Amino acid sequence: MALTASNGQELIALDDLASAFQLAVREERGAVTVAYKGRTIVLTPDQTIASVAGRLISLSVPPQHSGTRWLVPLDFITRALTPIYDQRLDLRRPSHLLIVGDLRVPRVVVRHEPLGNSARVTVDVTPATSIAVAQQGPRLLIRVDGDALDATLPAFQSIGFVQAIRLADATNIALDLGPRFASFRSATSAIDGGSRVTVEVVGNEALAPPAGPAAPAPAVTDQQPLPSPGGAAGLRTVAIDAGHGGDDAGARGPAGTAEKDVTLNVARRLRGLLEARLGVRVVMTRDDDRTLPVETRSATANNNKADLLVSLHANTSFRPEVSGATVYVAAFSDADLAVEGLAPERLPVFGGGLRTIEVVPWNLAQIPHRAESERVAQVVVEAMRGRVPLAARAVEHAPLRLLESANMPAVLVEMGYLTNAEQETALAGADLPGAVAQALFDAIVRVRDTVSGSAEGPGR
Amino acid sequence: MSGRRTALVAIVCAAAIAVGWLLFVGLPRWYGRPVSSPPPPPTTDARADDVRKITVRLFYVGPDGTRLTSIEREVPYAEQPAAQARHIIDAQIAPAAAPLVSAIPSGTTLRAVFVTPDGSAYVDLGGAIASGHPGGSTSELLTVYSIVQALTVNLPAITSVQLLVDGKEVDTLAGHVDLKRPLPRNDGWVADAAEPVSPPPTPPTDAPAATPPR
Repeated sequence: MALTASNGQELIALDDLASAFQLAVREERGAVTVAYKGRTIVLTPDQTIASVAGRLISLSVPPQHSGTRWLVPLDFITRALTPIYDQRLDLRRPSHLLIVGDLRVPRVVVRHEPLGNSARVTVDVTPATSIAVAQQGPRLLIRVDGDALDATLPAFQSIGFVQAIRLADATNIALDLGPRFASFRSATSAIDGGSRVTVEVVGNEALAPPAGPAAPAPAVTDQQPLPSPGGAAGLRTVAIDAGHGGDDAGARGPAGTAEKDVTLNVARRLRGLLEARLGVRVVMTRDDDRTLPVETRSATANNNKADLLVSLHANTSFRPEVSGATVYVAAFSDADLAVEGLAPERLPVFGGGLRTIEVVPWNLAQIPHRAESERVAQVVVEAMRGRVPLAARAVEHAPLRLLESANMPAVLVEMGYLTNAEQETALAGADLPGAVAQALFDAIVRVRDTVSGSAEGPGR
Repeated sequence: MSGRRTALVAIVCAAAIAVGWLLFVGLPRWYGRPVSSPPPPPTTDARADDVRKITVRLFYVGPDGTRLTSIEREVPYAEQPAAQARHIIDAQIAPAAAPLVSAIPSGTTLRAVFVTPDGSAYVDLGGAIASGHPGGSTSELLTVYSIVQALTVNLPAITSVQLLVDGKEVDTLAGHVDLKRPLPRNDGWVADAAEPVSPPPTPPTDAPAATPPR
């Protein structure tokens, strides 16, 4: 159907609607009557108020006469036509779709992040719908169950191994693969009110980017010099924990800044840096605003066999003048340390038989990693010095529940005090979160380099 | 005949009432009381004419905001450790007059104190200590350790303290400090300006004041 734009409003011809929806349109005594199965809409020229089956509704702009036709705003469909029509009408403005009846037309938002030699394509579908990913010749098809898609696709530039993201047909999104395509993997997860599929497309490193036929050029050229991509290094997976979230806002500053937002902001920045420039796998305990118990956070790090856990927090003090970042390491009492060294047990395993399994109490899992955590904390403080304001005691030892149950080197970074007005402003802005993420990135590079250089390897 | 019947009915009614009282009032009263519960409020064991007092150390937010500082206060004396612990916690959680800054959220109430024979104290506090807490590791550590220190520094019978909230074990108050097991005394969270922490009745742990022992 043709749309006419007028003063920033999209108008549609009443005739077109009438023929599409079998409406009877009559003009009498200066009013326009639209009838459908005995129910009527009465429009008055130059009036935004209309009568729909005896009830008054208001339109964004009055009906306009154009030649012999009447033009009505798009909200005529939702506000006037929907109440009298006997089928469901669903107007999706961004995609200019008008859905009549009970068709399943899920909303699909496709995002794309280039990550050096790989790219992540995230497809969010609401409501929850089944999604399948398959390779079909030179493209990956992401098939969304439904009658049609209400899709928003990202602006996209070819990156060598993915050349285009487009709608292949009514229910398929296609990623056109380029010559450098090597492999892909996909994972489906549930998000608030919908489903998400994340497709990671990996490029072939042997085939240099088309421009540089010479030496093997780094995959990302617009960044600072890359640290050597992690290969044999001991640091393969980094878990990032954005503190608090959902119902638990954490600390709040006097101006209302919530800790949970600050922590997620820095977590995402740090993930971006690590994935694009260090090539390590990053596991986020949360990537949205959700409530998460402390156990779930350490379980995410433990179950993903992370080699390092960095938990991000913002601090408070009963004295508002206190400021500066603090890095926490788990502390254990003598009684806790006495428990260490539980004898390995012979336990029955799935599939029959017995295996010797080391049993570690959940809240003491950190004990073997204390020395390495201490070292990480020192490296983080050194990386922050000069860039992130530090507290007088920059490294602290405390019985923090998250750290105690982490079965890998782990630190908790209180990035600054939200109770300090100046620090709250800095934490809510972009500079301090950026500086914290950069300092943590540098620290992780240093930790990685020294871990892989030492003979003992990752302490696990 | 009818007199006898009336008497019978009266006896049956009385028996029913007695059984009812036993079921709904008596038994819960006997069995609802925890075995290790403190004796009734110790105010009763203080003579009205001369209330015995003892001097204890209470803990408040220090000048640098990241450590506790201690002051001396008098609290009523009690024979039993649990009752004495109650007096100390009551004083510790009471609102502090300036210039003292309390690390206990206002509105925090004390529900009960239990002391086990092995020296662990269980301090059951009202929900305000968690719901009114500002969050943040520093504040949470000071809140927890002002109670841990108040008991372990003043009472030799208590070597570690576990906080309960509304009668239940909790993971943390606001997401940081592990409260799933009793925490031992830790003088590392106390930094007193001139004088050391009062000559402690417990064997001192010789921890440097600047960094808590691990």
